[in-house]
Amino acid sequence: MSNHSASVREPLILGDKTYHQITEDIAQPIEGKANGLFKILFTISALLALWGVACFAYTIGTGIGVWGLNKTVGWAWDITNFVWWVGIGHAGTLISAILLLFRQRWRMSINRSAEAMTIFAVICAALFPVMHMGRVWMAYWVLPLPNTFGSLWVNFNSPLLWDVFAISTYFTVSLVFWYTGLIPDFATIRDRQVKPRMKKIYSILSFGWSGSAKQWSRFEEVSLVLAGLSTPLVLSVHTIVSMDFATSVIPGWHTTIFPPYFVAGAIFSGFAMVLTLLIIMRKVLHLEDYITIAHVESMNKIIIITGSIVGVAYLTELFVSWYSGVEYEQYAFLNRATGPYWWSYWSMMTCNVITPQLFWFKKIRKSLLATFIISIFVNIGMWFERFVIIVTSLHRDYLPSSWTMFHPTFIDIGIFLGTIGIFFTLFLLFSRTFPVIALNELKTILKSTSENPKPPHH
Amino acid sequence: MSKQIIYGVFDDEEVLISSAKALRGQGVKIRDVFSPFPIHGLDPVIGIKPTRLSNAAFFYGMFGTSMAVLMTWYMMIHDWPMNVGGKPSFSWFQNMPAFIPVTFELTVFCAAHGMVLSYLLVNKIYPGRKAHNPDPRSTDDKFIMEIQTADNKKVAGSEIISVLRNTGAIEINQKEL
Repeated sequence: MSNHSASVREPLILGDKTYHQITEDIAQPIEGKANGLFKILFTISALLALWGVACFAYTIGTGIGVWGLNKTVGWAWDITNFVWWVGIGHAGTLISAILLLFRQRWRMSINRSAEAMTIFAVICAALFPVMHMGRVWMAYWVLPLPNTFGSLWVNFNSPLLWDVFAISTYFTVSLVFWYTGLIPDFATIRDRQVKPRMKKIYSILSFGWSGSAKQWSRFEEVSLVLAGLSTPLVLSVHTIVSMDFATSVIPGWHTTIFPPYFVAGAIFSGFAMVLTLLIIMRKVLHLEDYITIAHVESMNKIIIITGSIVGVAYLTELFVSWYSGVEYEQYAFLNRATGPYWWSYWSMMTCNVITPQLFWFKKIRKSLLATFIISIFVNIGMWFERFVIIVTSLHRDYLPSSWTMFHPTFIDIGIFLGTIGIFFTLFLLFSRTFPVIALNELKTILKSTSENPKPPHH
Repeated sequence: MSKQIIYGVFDDEEVLISSAKALRGQGVKIRDVFSPFPIHGLDPVIGIKPTRLSNAAFFYGMFGTSMAVLMTWYMMIHDWPMNVGGKPSFSWFQNMPAFIPVTFELTVFCAAHGMVLSYLLVNKIYPGRKAHNPDPRSTDDKFIMEIQTADNKKVAGSEIISVLRNTGAIEINQKEL
């Protein structure tokens, strides 16, 4: 049996596993009963989600005047949350698409749940621009449809319209990519059910997959091409999100560094969220043998790289604003660091630039507790990054008489917490009904990366 | 001779490949293989041609590109040219930079969805379809080779079974057609 790489690299599957044991382990959360911890987490998330829905309803009924926005700060928490959630989604696509192209086998235990996270995060993100339209029942106006006033079309010069195309393409393509991978795993779940109701549900979900040689050959081709398409797609999405800012003439926004800086930041925050979720999930669902310290360490290495790119981008922005000699630009950055929002700027700097550097120490990189805490720091830091970019650039207008501060209302806060609730509710439902690990894909690497590869007995 | 299907059940994909090679060496035609995961290197052995789905994806992508070019030209240049920020819409080429993002997104959109729809279509998988794998264990840990005696006029069924047995099949099942 080929066991060539196990001596060089750490095993990615621990314990004595067989193909059948992998199926058993991944099917167990679906077939078993929910434990107390799950019920508590689900109740909290569902209540938060309901609270968010109530705030949404209030906003739709009354108008976006219930948010803390004012004439000067016309974009604040809503767009901050939008960019934050889209960014979080990026890690899922990076893991499933880019790491597939680079043939990184450690992606296999985490890609399914990371992609689920992508889809749920993009759902949360999309709520914000739609809500910000105010009259949400007219959301279809963003589509290029002829209207009753004559043939006035949508404006294809506007980055906001590019965003409509980017986010909808990203969401739907991520969804079909995820589902294509799920079909064979649903078939595995289907074929082991004894209760007729479960068998019925999973046989519908598995689309009648039988796993014939031709089906697998097409499956591999589709996975590869979808990965190839998703790779430039994921880079384009945050590039276009950054252009919402970069193509404007607001000091602090009008910079060419934005696209790569936003993409790096997105991956950075996404990996932090993947770690936050997986460190809990592996414990609750007993998947320690599949999501190992080696997986956590690999993800932490990506956090160091992307965190350092983000750090360099912050410093480059500062340097260029000074070097440009444009006083508005210089003031915008001076104001960020020393103005009334200094606390948000320094929270961002601490969480995003300093904390991830701790991962240079192997001990910290391999510690679950430290990783969990740092991942929370990064999540917070990246939220502050978007807040700093959006609010500090807007609150000092060109006219000093317009200068103001932004104060979130309880509706702003409620909607944000509500999306966190929606996100976790969806993720928890996913973790008990879907195979959370791409179990059949994982079987392909069992022989070469398990701790004790067992030759089959005859 | 009655027509029958012979199922060779294996518990290791590498053993199945060497068994398939032995059978092919004797001129036996293998109808299909059902496995829990893709077996690399099996397709050429049992005579499966590479899929052309990626070619289809390329054409779907080209279709998306053309639709995007046509749409931006029609809406922004031809039907209702708008002067936004002192940058009038003269011709598609002069305004092209602003249309790149949408063109790119529509290309990816059409290529990805077109390919997945074709994939579902040619694989004949859709919600409500009944699975036709011969044994439920084939999506768990067993690899099942399907041979039909109707495909193999020259080799006797009993001979196929003895080759399967000698090359590592853990179980052999026969079904009369």
